[in-house]
Amino acid sequence: MDPEPLVIVEKLKKYFPVKKGLVFQKQSGFVKAVDEVSFEICRGETLGLVGESGCGKTTVGRTMLGLYPITEGKVVIEKLDIAKADRNKLHRLRQKAQMIFQDPYASLNPRWTVSAIISEPIWVHHLAHSEKEKIERVQELMKLVGLSPRLINRFPHEFSGGQRQRIGIARALASQPEFIVCDEPISALDVSIQAQVVNLLEELQDQFQLTYLFIAHDLSMVRHICDRVAVMYLGTLVESADRDELYENPLHPYTKALLSAVPIPDPKKDRMRHRIILQGDVPSPISPPSGCRFHTRCPMEKPHCGELVPVFKEAAPRHWVACHEIT
Amino acid sequence: MTKQPLLDVKNLVTEFIIPEGIVYAVNGISFNVNPGETLAVVGESGCGKSVSMLSVMGLIPTPPGIIVDGEAIYGNKNLFKLAEEEMEQIRGKEIAMVFQDPMTSLNPVLTIGKQITEALICHFDITKNDARDRAISLLDMVGIPEARNRLDDYPHQFSGGMRQRVMIAMALACDPHLLIADEPTTALDVTIQAQIVELVLQLKRQKDMAVIWITHDLGVVAGIADRVNVMYAGYIVEEALVDDLYEDPRHPYTCGLLGSLPRVDHRRERKLCSIPGSPPSLLVKPVGCPFRPRCQYSKEICQFETPKLRETSRGHHVACWIDIQSGEQISGS
Repeated sequence: MDPEPLVIVEKLKKYFPVKKGLVFQKQSGFVKAVDEVSFEICRGETLGLVGESGCGKTTVGRTMLGLYPITEGKVVIEKLDIAKADRNKLHRLRQKAQMIFQDPYASLNPRWTVSAIISEPIWVHHLAHSEKEKIERVQELMKLVGLSPRLINRFPHEFSGGQRQRIGIARALASQPEFIVCDEPISALDVSIQAQVVNLLEELQDQFQLTYLFIAHDLSMVRHICDRVAVMYLGTLVESADRDELYENPLHPYTKALLSAVPIPDPKKDRMRHRIILQGDVPSPISPPSGCRFHTRCPMEKPHCGELVPVFKEAAPRHWVACHEIT
Repeated sequence: MTKQPLLDVKNLVTEFIIPEGIVYAVNGISFNVNPGETLAVVGESGCGKSVSMLSVMGLIPTPPGIIVDGEAIYGNKNLFKLAEEEMEQIRGKEIAMVFQDPMTSLNPVLTIGKQITEALICHFDITKNDARDRAISLLDMVGIPEARNRLDDYPHQFSGGMRQRVMIAMALACDPHLLIADEPTTALDVTIQAQIVELVLQLKRQKDMAVIWITHDLGVVAGIADRVNVMYAGYIVEEALVDDLYEDPRHPYTCGLLGSLPRVDHRRERKLCSIPGSPPSLLVKPVGCPFRPRCQYSKEICQFETPKLRETSRGHHVACWIDIQSGEQISGS
């Protein structure tokens, strides 16, 4: 393992206030979107962050890049502490750390040409010295992500979903980042296009030694692309381990259920498989269950699970889990 | 199979006339579904899988949509020739549909009790109280806890998975012979998806109903289907029993799709094989094989003649000029 991780997240908390009333708004509580999440990402590594919708995985990604103010805890990217950084330092950080968004239809300005979209980071971070250099750089980036440079003056609506996602990737690469948060970059795309975009992300990682935080709910794709995987449930991490260790030897009952629910494209194998079907829905993050947050749906629930919060501990080498039943 | 199919669709052509021209959404497809069978229809967005089912249900908005050609034989009736009143007797009662998005396909200003009993009162001679009792037992059946108390709740008081259960309860209200499920789990998380798939399979066994399951997810198909139709750009390109399709895919598109799927149960061995390019625009009248521009096997004939479905083994049909095992053009064409 690298002695110095590129990204360190320590006991990160992000609470959103909930307000009541139309005119005289009163704060009535918090949505505890992220509650004491800690992890590290080494240089050149891809960490997968998985969980169901509403578990807080996107909030983790956004908070890490300073898009939401941190409620509590620490995020350090390239030795820079985000919580303590001023405007200038944040500006520098955003050159080093970029984001690819989920929805390629909503994340590109429809009134801007591709050239304007991709060149904005170049301009903001003063990475080109002349107009000509800037355009050359944009064309180079377009080639890199597999778009024809002839399309430089087109608008986003003239592209398909997969092509738009490529524009989003080119924009993220424009500032020459080292760390990219990929927030469900493929879930809005068709199956045959997903593989194209995933392969592109991998090629770029090899070429530029990029570090990824790959947020997704598609567990098969995460197994394919990530080196290490962390599983979130209702704002907390329940398990994290190296890829094959997690998929072959899951410890937490939630991870087990999640993995058994993923359909396998092989009818014979699928029929042989034992499915763990969880009962009920994810509880509300405004008043999460006491103790272990999973105890209301857990098949292994014991009386003390509702009282004590389980510690996130190393159960096997490099395999961390938060469950009372695992020692 | 010797049984008479429950629904037999022949040469269905559906087009939409829009200001930019004509959208060739479905280009002459034929399929059937037998009683008690689960047929999966797989394809990417815009391949015509939903449009073909909406055509069968008589739910294509006209204009802009028109069913240009084809017939849909149900029992001894052609659904496309029925008057609206006759179709209303079948739709919802004998053929029911579950839609993709449980957030938008329920009426937000009516209680779910009202929405479930509507179909019952419409199709049966039944009192309001009896309909309510039936609605309660339906909600029980689809696994909604405390059904009696939840009947007067509005859709926004339910979660996504629960709403999809309500939709299924509504569809099953009149004990249909055929349930058409249009991507019923796409908007849901995997754990909830597993719940819904299990529920539909269990209800299907109880009621011996046929199911057409529309999806883009080849993983879900493996777990539920008896038979699969693969669609591309308004054509059925391959049709097979589920085991045959996964073991021995014959169409380059099906092979490409299966190759581009990562597996949760395997260690990573290689990069994903992606299919180059993207699906064709439906605004252009297709000439030749619709998959040709993305196909690694394409030959001259693919450019000019659209391949018809041909049988490769029993029950396995493929629309391709090439035998992909040898890479050669099939003889006799």
